[in-house]
Amino acid sequence: MTPWVPWPDVAWLVAIAAMTAYMLLGGADFGGGIWDLFAWGQDAASQRRAIARAMGPVWEANHVWLIFLLILLFTGFPLAFHRLVIGLYLPLNLVLLGIILRGAAFVFRAHGRRGVGQQSTWGRIFGAASSLTVVLLGAALAAVSAGGDFMVAWRSYLSPFAILTGLFALAAAAYLAATYLTFEAQGSLRETFRKRALLAAEAAGIAALLDLGLMSFEAPRLFIRLVNPDILGLVLLVALLGVGSYVSLRHRHDGLGRFLAASALSVMLWSWAAAQWPYIIYPGFTVYGSAAPDLALRQVLTLVPFGLLLLVPSLWLLLHVFKGRLPIDGEAGRRPNPAR
Amino acid sequence: MDNLLAARIQMGFTLGFHMLFAAFGVGFPMLVLAAEGIALRGGPAHYLTLAKTWGKANALLFAVGAVSGTALAFELGLLWPGFMLFSGSTIGAGFATEAFAFFLEAIFIGLYLYGWNRLTRLGHWLAGIPIVIGGIASAALVVSVDAWMQHPVGAATLLRAPAAAAPLAMLFGNPHWPVMALHATIACFAATGFTLASVYAYGMLRGRRDEVHKAGLKIAMVLATGAAILMPLTGDMSGKAVAAFQPTKLAAMESQFRTETAAPLRIGGLPDPKARTVRYALEIPGGLSWLAYGSGSAKVQGLDQVATSDWPDVPVTHVSFQLMVGAGTLMVLIALYYWWNLRHRGRGLTGSLLRTLVAGGPLAFLALETGWVVTEVGRQPWVVYGVQRTADAVTPVHDLFGYLALYALLYLLLGTTVLWLLRRVEREAPALEEAA
Repeated sequence: MTPWVPWPDVAWLVAIAAMTAYMLLGGADFGGGIWDLFAWGQDAASQRRAIARAMGPVWEANHVWLIFLLILLFTGFPLAFHRLVIGLYLPLNLVLLGIILRGAAFVFRAHGRRGVGQQSTWGRIFGAASSLTVVLLGAALAAVSAGGDFMVAWRSYLSPFAILTGLFALAAAAYLAATYLTFEAQGSLRETFRKRALLAAEAAGIAALLDLGLMSFEAPRLFIRLVNPDILGLVLLVALLGVGSYVSLRHRHDGLGRFLAASALSVMLWSWAAAQWPYIIYPGFTVYGSAAPDLALRQVLTLVPFGLLLLVPSLWLLLHVFKGRLPIDGEAGRRPNPAR
Repeated sequence: MDNLLAARIQMGFTLGFHMLFAAFGVGFPMLVLAAEGIALRGGPAHYLTLAKTWGKANALLFAVGAVSGTALAFELGLLWPGFMLFSGSTIGAGFATEAFAFFLEAIFIGLYLYGWNRLTRLGHWLAGIPIVIGGIASAALVVSVDAWMQHPVGAATLLRAPAAAAPLAMLFGNPHWPVMALHATIACFAATGFTLASVYAYGMLRGRRDEVHKAGLKIAMVLATGAAILMPLTGDMSGKAVAAFQPTKLAAMESQFRTETAAPLRIGGLPDPKARTVRYALEIPGGLSWLAYGSGSAKVQGLDQVATSDWPDVPVTHVSFQLMVGAGTLMVLIALYYWWNLRHRGRGLTGSLLRTLVAGGPLAFLALETGWVVTEVGRQPWVVYGVQRTADAVTPVHDLFGYLALYALLYLLLGTTVLWLLRRVEREAPALEEAA
């Protein structure tokens, strides 16, 4: 007899873990796109180059977490997935178009003649597609939590709550990216990104508070669960971590600020998952109600540790080689040319 | 336009587009590594130039392959929710293993591409190895899903007692999988090799007969030749597998309308499904029976064994199959022509050889795409062969045509931009040599 394992829970935990990884890694790449689009000031070109240099080696790997999430959803929770792809047909198509455009534009620009610093058409497309995709992803997450009528789908993802959640996601991605860049950049560029990070943190904080307010009307179940004593602790922890990262960045503890920012958003995602439990889509689709049979789940989930055995050392190597401090932007590295 | 048709067209061109890039993802890293390896072992400097140019082109192709592959992951759900509801928990294992392989590839592409100055020369070369393995493995693994759609092992269990369905055995214990994976992987090698040979032959015709071009052509032709010679063998294995698992598809490929013994092999020709005849085909008596079952008098099941509503599109399947076989045959001849010319003094890279080589690239991709059309159109009207109809899998969402138009425009933009940028990568190659 094999020991009894609650496979649907395991599958859902793995899905949340993939979501967390995508948020922390892929989310920061979206944030990079946002700052690329809104790069201002005398060092705008240097900002863009620093963003491109930070993203270049890692963005494709970061992007795979989303594919994992999709695979986990349709493998582990086919019923909920079925509902999602029909109910959210329009926003998911727009997310897809955004992902295609932003990835392609990023690469096309890197290979282009004009280089990365100057604003260009592909650069604008990269930035705009990154920004819109994040908003849509946030809105989609709100739509599955609010309990709106999925059949009249646009109401669920165009509600004020969904839109505000999307805007929060935008601010959060920008915040994450700017804290990473503050840590990685050198010299005056670091101060530029610090200002951006603080600005985004303020925007994210305000959006989060407003979003909580709207949530109490539009997603009452989620709100009630969030302020329930067993989850409220997590919510307060998010606030604490968020404020902590803001203060750390202000006082130039950049490593700590980066760590606390990533922690704040991770705990926020987990508190959403805890409050959303047992639902994947509220109402109607629970983790257990839409899960695949145990045997199928067991077989697929057994693959995960083997895959991680390959991936974790490889990812460590990638980040070890590239994620120290970025070189100071100067004549030598004027164009981050992929082939150099 | 009805929903099903719009969804099929969108899936068709987005998948067909992705395959162009995926093929390079399978074949290209090996060539890049070969060139860098030769330079590493003290070979001439222009091999390093080749490696750098190819690495750059490979990165561009890989990135577009990655985003167009993401599109497919979304589209499977968005366009075919019924299919994913029925088989998602089964085929997930195929996609999950593919994703691991692809992840490995993506990580090391980052290291390889941006690591020229950060890794030692040997370390950099070694970083290329997981790219080769990841590219080949991801293609082979994802084909397990396609193989299952063709020959759905365990589908009866999935229908009647889903709790007992074991995905790993259903996907990787499927006898159709290794055959398809092998044929598809080698087709990718052929496509990469012949396309690069095409590019360099074209450059030489335009007067750029430098060492880089000669070396590039040679490495590409080594891969192309190996693949071209293996293709008929794996193709034969595939044909026999189709005969065993999908007799209706085989009948459509060969326009075998009637069940008969000693069925002829029809070369070329235009099938007329209404009249149930084939016009203008060259018939080799007993050829099909012999190829499919190893005996010239074997009985071959015809389309008459199933209702017309269960037929795939016979002309498309038949003509695609003929084109694939024709292109494959020409590819073998082109490869032989190249080596024969090289062996004979006084001939070498003549104009007529180079012009023939230019044709090789398009031919290889024609073979790849038509082979895929045979596989997927020949599977219709089923999405899961004999189990679930494509019409039952399509999304109930309306107005798919608008989305289709949007994706068509986007892909057109991507395709033209990639071609334009690749031309520049190729042209700037000599400048790179100075920098290196």
